[in-house]
Amino acid sequence: MSPPSAPKLPVNLAANPKLSSWVKFGPDGEVTISPGKVEIGQGIVTALAQIAADELDVDLTRVQMVRASTAASPNEGVTSGSLSIQQSGRAIRQACAEIRQIFLTAAADRLGVEAGALDVSDGTISGPGNVQTSYWELADAVSLDRDATPGAVPKPIARRALAGNSVQRLDIPDKVFAAPRFIHDTALPAMLHGRVLRPEKSRAKLVELREGGARAVPGLIAIVRDGSFCGVVCETEAGAEAAATALRKGATWSAGETLPDENDLAAFLKGQPVESTVIDSRAASPASEKTRTIRRQYTRPYIAHASIAPSCAMAQWSGDRVHVWTHSQGVYLLRADLALVLKLPLEQITVEHLEGAGCYGHNAADDVALDAVLLAKAAGGRPVRVQWSRADEMTHAPFGAAMAIEIEADLDAQNEIVCWRHSIWSNGHAARPGRASQPALLAAFELEHPYPRIISANPPQANGGGGDRNSIPLYDFPAWKIESHRLLTMPVRTSALRTLGGQGNVFAIESFLDEIAAERGEDPVAFRLRHLADERAKDVIRSAAKRANWKPAATAGTGYGIGFARYKNTGAYCAVVAEIEGEEDIRVKQLTIAVDVGEAINPDGVINQIEGGAIQATSWALKERVRFDSERITSNSWAEYPILRFSEVPRVEVEVIQRSEIDSVGAGEAAHGPVAAAIANAVFDGLGVRVRNLPITRDSLIAAMELAS
Amino acid sequence: MPITRFRLNGVETDVDADPDSLLLDVLRGRLGVTGAHFGCGSGECGACRVIVGDHAVTACDTPLWSVADKDVTTLEGLGSADRPHPLQRAFIAEQALQCGYCVSGILISAAALLRQNPNPSEADVRTALDRNLCRCGSHNRMVRAILRAANEMAAP
Repeated sequence: MSPPSAPKLPVNLAANPKLSSWVKFGPDGEVTISPGKVEIGQGIVTALAQIAADELDVDLTRVQMVRASTAASPNEGVTSGSLSIQQSGRAIRQACAEIRQIFLTAAADRLGVEAGALDVSDGTISGPGNVQTSYWELADAVSLDRDATPGAVPKPIARRALAGNSVQRLDIPDKVFAAPRFIHDTALPAMLHGRVLRPEKSRAKLVELREGGARAVPGLIAIVRDGSFCGVVCETEAGAEAAATALRKGATWSAGETLPDENDLAAFLKGQPVESTVIDSRAASPASEKTRTIRRQYTRPYIAHASIAPSCAMAQWSGDRVHVWTHSQGVYLLRADLALVLKLPLEQITVEHLEGAGCYGHNAADDVALDAVLLAKAAGGRPVRVQWSRADEMTHAPFGAAMAIEIEADLDAQNEIVCWRHSIWSNGHAARPGRASQPALLAAFELEHPYPRIISANPPQANGGGGDRNSIPLYDFPAWKIESHRLLTMPVRTSALRTLGGQGNVFAIESFLDEIAAERGEDPVAFRLRHLADERAKDVIRSAAKRANWKPAATAGTGYGIGFARYKNTGAYCAVVAEIEGEEDIRVKQLTIAVDVGEAINPDGVINQIEGGAIQATSWALKERVRFDSERITSNSWAEYPILRFSEVPRVEVEVIQRSEIDSVGAGEAAHGPVAAAIANAVFDGLGVRVRNLPITRDSLIAAMELAS
Repeated sequence: MPITRFRLNGVETDVDADPDSLLLDVLRGRLGVTGAHFGCGSGECGACRVIVGDHAVTACDTPLWSVADKDVTTLEGLGSADRPHPLQRAFIAEQALQCGYCVSGILISAAALLRQNPNPSEADVRTALDRNLCRCGSHNRMVRAILRAANEMAAP
């Protein structure tokens, strides 16, 4: 917390200081709040509404949350990295605190009493002698078209009525009563439908296009082609689908570019040209001499976002201006890339958010928005809705990057760690739009005059890192060196997926620790606690262990394992105990989790995010792997890319350690790494087999057994 | 085009379309009923489930002709904010979703289950939902909500 003597605005408020851009009081007794962050299925809109209602002293039912749009919303960049509560929440809290103060001053003037004697209850401002007014009565007289100043002090935690309580999410009723809320269900007047053809073979070029079949489809409006970008616009969605099917039959593509060997990802990753960075090092004279070094290699495959809905967007041109509806994570960033491709000034492009299905990072939401913009050019001013196919969603959206991680530990005569070396080989984990002088949108690479494909980069460690995320140990080893090797080639398109490199690094670190603890014959929980100084870290480990009755004895076909991390080393603390059963096909029976996000604004929301993250992480760990042959991504359906089903989902118990006095951090990505590690460690406990290559399938178990024998 | 007649959420509905049209296209494209969602187009994810007669089916691979003269129920027909189905109430009470895109198909599978088995065990519920995919990891909350609704419906 910053000291009261040096007040500073929260970063996102300093960047968007005008108070009226965040908060408005409407004519019908409502308060509208305009965050720049967007709902992606994580419940953020509700948590932000809670913060605003608390700080303004209004009932939550009065708060109306406005969807982000470049037309009016504050620019809060991208909704990612579990940062929305930290960034947007702080900005809204500070803005509302100042607005409350401004209104109290105005009310004091009007009512002729001291501001300090006034109180606010559900927006009604009252004082001694039954004098009263309200935000809405004063709204005409008080201009919020002014910049925030750092002086206002938000309420102390004890006086917050809503934060810390599990309020019901604002968006859920619409979703269970089928009120159109998703972009997919939104129909604009005179809307047309579009489909885009994408090659089956990786980066194949469109050589020839016979249009006859598509031209015969009733209701066809246009066939659009620009280089290898090619699509149809039709009166109806079924018509667009039929025209695209016909066009696909008439399309001839070049050969694809060569993809790596899916069965030897480590060799591929370690054989490419790389940019190497030392992420961190610590040199200390160890208390004891090393007597030997052990080295292990861990891998994770490419992982698909595999959102349950295919990406969708709408666009409408009006002269040389275009309006775009999108489920992108960053409306301003998407606009920046659209401006590059269209060679238009930013002001001529409006990008507006509508909810899509759950989003776990940089998926195809932005790509399909450019598709819609390009097709809509041929629509004579009518809006065009474009939706990707399931196959394109599974094969053309960016993937989470595959990783090979090698860790070496120097051990002394007592098998204590005296030095630790962690090396990562991976593509970059971020190629988001709006960040570079070149666009990062798929169609931009396919045009007649294409933009070069962006090779994914990594955010700096100060922002949490990319491939190196969570690679610096939280354990007090006397010396270490952490190195990241980012690939300079990118045959498989990668970008940000939940946790970036965090899942892979935590899986590797926590597996390796378990291996060392086993060599020492030391309990893995005790081993971790002995190497941690941070009490919050120890608390989540102790809590999860206690709740799971650590450690139940492994019996035939069952096993128990632990995993721990603090997300990004600066975010939420999370410890997981996994219970597994099975000998050939591993089933995760139970995950027992303790989490510390500081102040949990909406505790049930935190539990929901952690539980969901843990189940998704189980799916990644047991099932998920993008498949490909030498020139084609082959996992193009749910049959080829299976995810965890209801009958396979573990019981999940979550304990939230509430720390009201500590600023909140996000929960959405905290569980992935610890869950993967806990499962792998439980497999070792139960079966005595150490699986170092994810996912943990029957095949990888057999391979690990063969390696060990 | 021949007319296909069926009862959509209790209302007699005539559709003038190719009988081989997919039910999902008819519901969403022709009738503007968007409760059933497109997810995969091949019956693998369950987001488009609707009840035909008493059984939950995937509307994305069900031809229009096959529902002629039958009752078709979509999420819109299950209940409304004013008159919620116990399942809808329970999903709100349990906050049983994250993004909610799959939830329409899941509520439909659950409603079909409760019609056939008003007193399901947890394992029955999981089996009934096994062909519905959820990517956000809300499975356990959904199972809890369905058991809660079943209890409520069984209460005298």
